Amino acid sequence: MSKTNSTKGLIQKLGPLFGLLLIVVIISIMSPSFLTANNIFNVLRQVSISALIAFGMTFVILTGGIDLSVGSTLALTGAVAAGLLSSGVDPIIAMAVALILGLILGAINGVIIAKGKVAPFIATLATMTIYRGATLVYMDGKPISGLGDHASFQMFGKGYFLGIPVPVVTMVIAFFVLYFILRKTTFGRRVYAVGGNAEASRLSGINVNRITIAVYALTGMLAALAALILTSRLNSAQPTAGESYELDAIAAVVLGGTSLTGGRGWIVGTLIGALIIGVLNNGLNLIGVSSFYQQVVKGLVILFAVLLDRKKTA
Amino acid sequence: MIEMSGICKAFNGNVVLKDVQFELADGEIHALMGENGAGKSTMMKILTGIYNRDNGVIKVDGEEVTFKSPKEAEAKGIAVIHQELNILPDLTVAENLFLGNEQTAGFGILKNKEMNREATRILKQLGLDIDVRTPAGTLSVGKQQIIEIAKAIETNAKVIVMDEPTAALTDREIHTLFKTIRKLQSEGVSFVYISHRMEEIFAICDRITILRDGQSVGVREIKKTTFDEIVQMMVGRELGERFPSRNVTLGDVKLEVKGLTRPGLCEDIHFNVRKGEIVALAGLMGAGRTEIAQALFGFRKMAKGEILIDDKKVKIKNPRQAIKLGMGFVTEDRKTQGLVVDFSIKDNISMTNFDKTAQSGFISSKQERTFVQNLVEKLGVKTASIDLSAKALSGGNQQKVVIAKWLGIAPKILILDEPTRGVDIGAKKEIYQIMNDLAEQGVAILMISSELPEVIGMSDRVLVMHEGKITGEVSGEDMTQEKIMHYATGGDKVVQN
Repeated sequence: MSKTNSTKGLIQKLGPLFGLLLIVVIISIMSPSFLTANNIFNVLRQVSISALIAFGMTFVILTGGIDLSVGSTLALTGAVAAGLLSSGVDPIIAMAVALILGLILGAINGVIIAKGKVAPFIATLATMTIYRGATLVYMDGKPISGLGDHASFQMFGKGYFLGIPVPVVTMVIAFFVLYFILRKTTFGRRVYAVGGNAEASRLSGINVNRITIAVYALTGMLAALAALILTSRLNSAQPTAGESYELDAIAAVVLGGTSLTGGRGWIVGTLIGALIIGVLNNGLNLIGVSSFYQQVVKGLVILFAVLLDRKKTA
Repeated sequence: MIEMSGICKAFNGNVVLKDVQFELADGEIHALMGENGAGKSTMMKILTGIYNRDNGVIKVDGEEVTFKSPKEAEAKGIAVIHQELNILPDLTVAENLFLGNEQTAGFGILKNKEMNREATRILKQLGLDIDVRTPAGTLSVGKQQIIEIAKAIETNAKVIVMDEPTAALTDREIHTLFKTIRKLQSEGVSFVYISHRMEEIFAICDRITILRDGQSVGVREIKKTTFDEIVQMMVGRELGERFPSRNVTLGDVKLEVKGLTRPGLCEDIHFNVRKGEIVALAGLMGAGRTEIAQALFGFRKMAKGEILIDDKKVKIKNPRQAIKLGMGFVTEDRKTQGLVVDFSIKDNISMTNFDKTAQSGFISSKQERTFVQNLVEKLGVKTASIDLSAKALSGGNQQKVVIAKWLGIAPKILILDEPTRGVDIGAKKEIYQIMNDLAEQGVAILMISSELPEVIGMSDRVLVMHEGKITGEVSGEDMTQEKIMHYATGGDKVVQN
């Protein structure tokens, strides 16, 4: 938050951006098909889903928490949206229900953590399992397809707006809104304050519980938004959707330079972090690296980036 | 023993030490004094190898040295006890004592019996007769301090640097600490004693070196100097009255507390504070003073009791409600309760004042900056910019930021818990002046303080607590250290001073 030595701080903050550019350059040299409009839209479309989740995770991590249940929330909200659509409910209503459900699932996390004083890791580990289980129960373990032919819903995952994929537009709008919230609103400032020093925050009259519940609720809703994009793109809902998405989201946040202890970080970094992971996934495929090695490379990049960040702050 | 001469040090071009001299004789207790930011800590960090010096010479026993780490300094017999103690609360006393220097029977197998025996012996020497197998965290801060000293002795320290050793000690613990220091002195150990408390320096030190703005202004023998001379050397100007006077007519009762009780913490507390009045809550550490302040502010629940503001009963369930009722609370511990240290000065001050810096949840940068800038200037926070991180400020300036944060809400009732702890003498007086100004504006002030001169110098009335009860109230002529200590130790016991 502090703007001490702002130029030095900015260079440090933009480290991840240089990392991203470096990866882009390397991959485009190795595979000419990387830098084509088609492929870039493809990458961005994929990134939009993981970035929305990572945006929420940024808020949670800024308060010093963590949310492991985002993948399961995505699966459950996606399933409910698909279920409603397949039984002929109006798409606008189905989407609204999914978003509200995401909000509620997130708020449940927040309440358990704030009021029940359960460590976020444990609380969301439990709800991760519960929400996944609920998804399986709801879907009876089978995918839901036959969502009907709703232009508005298909638009959400597959459409274009001014030539740009709608999911990308959604992500960009969400990014700017959330960026503004963190920078310019009392809520955003309080998110940082709670993560920086919860006790001092409470003594300053900040309702720490309310902030905590709000960030988890926000994260739940963003996971639901991601679920709608995914469901629309696949034209079906899968019971295993979103598995291990929480790890990619956490990785994106950390790659972006946000501190896991809370209070320090920014959402711009998260966007860059999500892009790094997205570009790597796509680029390694293009280069023809086997999917087994891909994981090794991805892990190494994350490790390398975090170690580099360590060096700079030490 | 130690000779430091011509020491220079700059951080990023910012000169913090300029040609500083310091000399420590064998078996001497040498005070190092100066305002916050004068360079005391940097000096000691250079001595013990935490920082590199840019220039200058350090000699230990006549031999020139350059330590690259505290470990190397330790090997030469120089140990440091930091203000924040290095005690691991869950390890036993003995485990703490031998941390990093464990005795083993080879292959890392610990010789616990021997270490326990040795720990008991060393501590007994220092006058501490305790079971060394108890977790260190269960001991009082005073005893933990003795363990730190024992740790230093265990490594055969010949020089012990103590940074503000008494900041968190009760008077009785200070007494024990001084006895320990004198005993070690008679065995030839030298001490560098860093403190803001003048009384202590006169009580225990042989000589004093004074630093100001990174330069040494002089060395004096304690016996041949005076309080006033030292203050003047430190601040470089005549400071005048230590406690400024104020001109107030007391108003109506603003805050009244009736029968506040929580078993084990405090019992049947009754008192009131008038508009324009400064009431001190005195007593030994752990007497329940902070708990009462926290209860008033809604940070701690009480089992029984009423709080009245302007004769009206109020319910305060959390700090938010307290703030709405016009209360401010400058907490005891700036770092853990007063500030978000990673936040800028601006963001810290803004935290309690969003009603003035934001509209319906949107922060107005312009309003925020003007609002904060005004307060920062009003309180004389010394900083290049309000965007600097609170971490970068000296103790006195951090404290002013905490006070600014609460002055912003224009409080009607202000609670100050140890408002000048760890604050240098110049800033101290500025804080007293702020308190006086507030009282003159009719603010009701409740001050908790362990420094008796401050209690007597600043308050209209003193409530003295002992083990959760108010055992006495003194005002006017009766406000003497003896009277207050009499009540603070239970009232009927013999006073020793």
